[in-house]
Amino acid sequence: MAATTPPGTRGHARPSPRRPLGAVPTGVLVLGAIYTLFPVSWVVVAATKSKAELFSTSTFAPGTGLLSNLADLFAYREGVFWLWLLNTVLYAGGGAVLSTAVSTISGYALAKYAFPGRNLIFNMLIGGILVPSVVLAIPQYLLFSKAGLADTYWSVLLPQILHPYSVYLARIYSQAAIPDSLLEAGRLDGAGEWRLFRQVALPMLTPGMVTIFLFQFVAIWNNFLLPFIMLGDDHKFPLTVGLYTLLAAGANQPSLYNLIITGTMLSLIPLIALFLTMQRHWRTDLSGGAVKR
Amino acid sequence: MRVNRLAVTAVAILTAALSTACAGGTDEPSAQSASQSAAPAGPVKLTYWTWVPNMDKIVSVWNQAHPDIQVTVSKQAGGDDAAAKFLTAAKAGNPPDLVQAEYQMLPSFVAADAVADLKAETEQVKGEFGEGVWSLVTLGTDAVYAVPQDSGPMMLYYRRDLFEKYGIEVPKTWDEYAEAARTVRKKDPKVFLGTFSSKDPGWFAGLSQQAGAQWWSISGDAWKVAVNDEATKKVAAYWGGLVKEGVIDDMPYFTPEWNKALNDGTLLTWPSAVWGPGVLSSNAPKAKGKWAVAPLPQWNAGENYSGFWGGSSTAVAATSPNKAAAAKFATWLNTDPQALELLIKEGAIYPAAAKGAALMTEAPDYFSNQPDFWQRAAAIGATARGFTFGPNVNVTYNAYRDAFDKAVAAKSDFTAAVQAMQDTTIADMRKSGFSLAQ
Repeated sequence: MAATTPPGTRGHARPSPRRPLGAVPTGVLVLGAIYTLFPVSWVVVAATKSKAELFSTSTFAPGTGLLSNLADLFAYREGVFWLWLLNTVLYAGGGAVLSTAVSTISGYALAKYAFPGRNLIFNMLIGGILVPSVVLAIPQYLLFSKAGLADTYWSVLLPQILHPYSVYLARIYSQAAIPDSLLEAGRLDGAGEWRLFRQVALPMLTPGMVTIFLFQFVAIWNNFLLPFIMLGDDHKFPLTVGLYTLLAAGANQPSLYNLIITGTMLSLIPLIALFLTMQRHWRTDLSGGAVKR
Repeated sequence: MRVNRLAVTAVAILTAALSTACAGGTDEPSAQSASQSAAPAGPVKLTYWTWVPNMDKIVSVWNQAHPDIQVTVSKQAGGDDAAAKFLTAAKAGNPPDLVQAEYQMLPSFVAADAVADLKAETEQVKGEFGEGVWSLVTLGTDAVYAVPQDSGPMMLYYRRDLFEKYGIEVPKTWDEYAEAARTVRKKDPKVFLGTFSSKDPGWFAGLSQQAGAQWWSISGDAWKVAVNDEATKKVAAYWGGLVKEGVIDDMPYFTPEWNKALNDGTLLTWPSAVWGPGVLSSNAPKAKGKWAVAPLPQWNAGENYSGFWGGSSTAVAATSPNKAAAAKFATWLNTDPQALELLIKEGAIYPAAAKGAALMTEAPDYFSNQPDFWQRAAAIGATARGFTFGPNVNVTYNAYRDAFDKAVAAKSDFTAAVQAMQDTTIADMRKSGFSLAQ
């Protein structure tokens, strides 16, 4: 490609598939990567600093306190960190699985069945995407209180199961990935609708479901306001709310910066691990699309 | 119709309390608690929202001694968010039985009918507390809305070693403080004597209290708001002048840059409260043994006043079905010698109860160079004067942050920022339907 890069020598005889700006998109992406990784790297470095080093050594100089920070964090209130981590896994894992199931079924139904009110429902969903979930947290709390469900695991799980954007994604994906003719063929062969969904549609929807799952998992993992409002019992807290109690320790208590930063770093690890393991499903997505066309 | 909600609440709760006291609990709201105390079916279970460290350990001592009243601690995030969360929970009808209430937030709880009057239950322990602290939980009414837990009389923390190095005396008046600030700048332009924090309204309120401010007061059934009184304007003008002159820094407290300045010795003083050692030892561990305390500088030579920054109380939710048991726990926690000792040792707080001071014998580790730390603190605490907080302190405090942020950035007149606080406070109280005496 090096021969085609000097522009002007060949005029514009043929539009080349490779633009002369070849390096620019890569550069922008690299900049974006630095921009997003910079805070993460700060967290990793800061987690290694001891109390004395945290505010006195230069920002990116690694410290010597990682092990003592970890020991302090795990000893804090008899290891409540692990409980919070477990809760977070439950909220994020359970919530994401349930949400993916609900979204996939509804998205598939909206895409593949014509029934009265379909467009109305879909338009309402699109409207729902525009309402930030933060706005709903307090009304949801009042509703859950009425139902006697506030301060329970359900109060954090249930509101996150229905996620309009995921339903929207599932519908778009179903429309694109499952040819109507395939379903017709199945029906002619005598398959029931449930069986069609399970054996024909689901395998083709897997990449889309993985996307929805990851979206929801990350969203719930990072969610702060909903559990903060819903939960009173600190043994049901997820990591976000739990670590916040270390930060806002009250006016007359010092914030436990070391423990917060170390806890934040540890809470990143499951997310990174999840993305690395789930990546191969996205690769299936690309190749699967290629085969079908 | 604008009715003072606080006064109405006070009267309503008082009459309710009186009628139950006379009639032996026959009116409907107290029927549950009456039946509960008549036929104790299993232990009473109470929940307690607090952010005092190690409170679960302190409570387990109570639980062991009182099998009939079992308290469960739920550690919350502290500060303004905690108050908002409690108010939301109270509104939704499922608040905890007991809640940690900062003094400045208590009036908003009272205005929302969220906390119970504990007058009868606290009659016996009233004498355990100083008058200044007690007025913070009565709000100047006949009711008692909480049991005081800790208090934060203010004093001056200073770097003794660096004061010697720069040849400065510990300032006795604010004029001397200003002079010392100029001296320090001349000797080392990298170093500041102190900093004005536009993010800590509680700090500013404490300094105003020292100067004699009375931001709120209740006259009859109306509130009087005087955030812009002469005392407050004097404090604001003083700090505004120093910031404008450039002899005092303007970085907020509790920020990374402030921590750094504490650590590397470029900040020499911190007018703070009695809980300062915890913050200093955590945020500036390297400077251990180098800080010392003195009374706050005074406005007039020969005076001896301080203010309060921080401090909180234990309140009982108005809708709790077990108010009597909750009040019993709250009074134990904050007046029993064993509980006070635990609060000091495990919770690292400075108890509001008078006999707490006698229990504080050993100086904090960080201040091992000043063995009489607590004696000094107690002497300073006796000179602290507070004021009644209003029902919308959070609005006033946010107005402080907004107005002083701008004033600091523009190095403009600080008294105008005080006026902005006053106007915002009044506008909000009008909107909420409080009657105002002007």
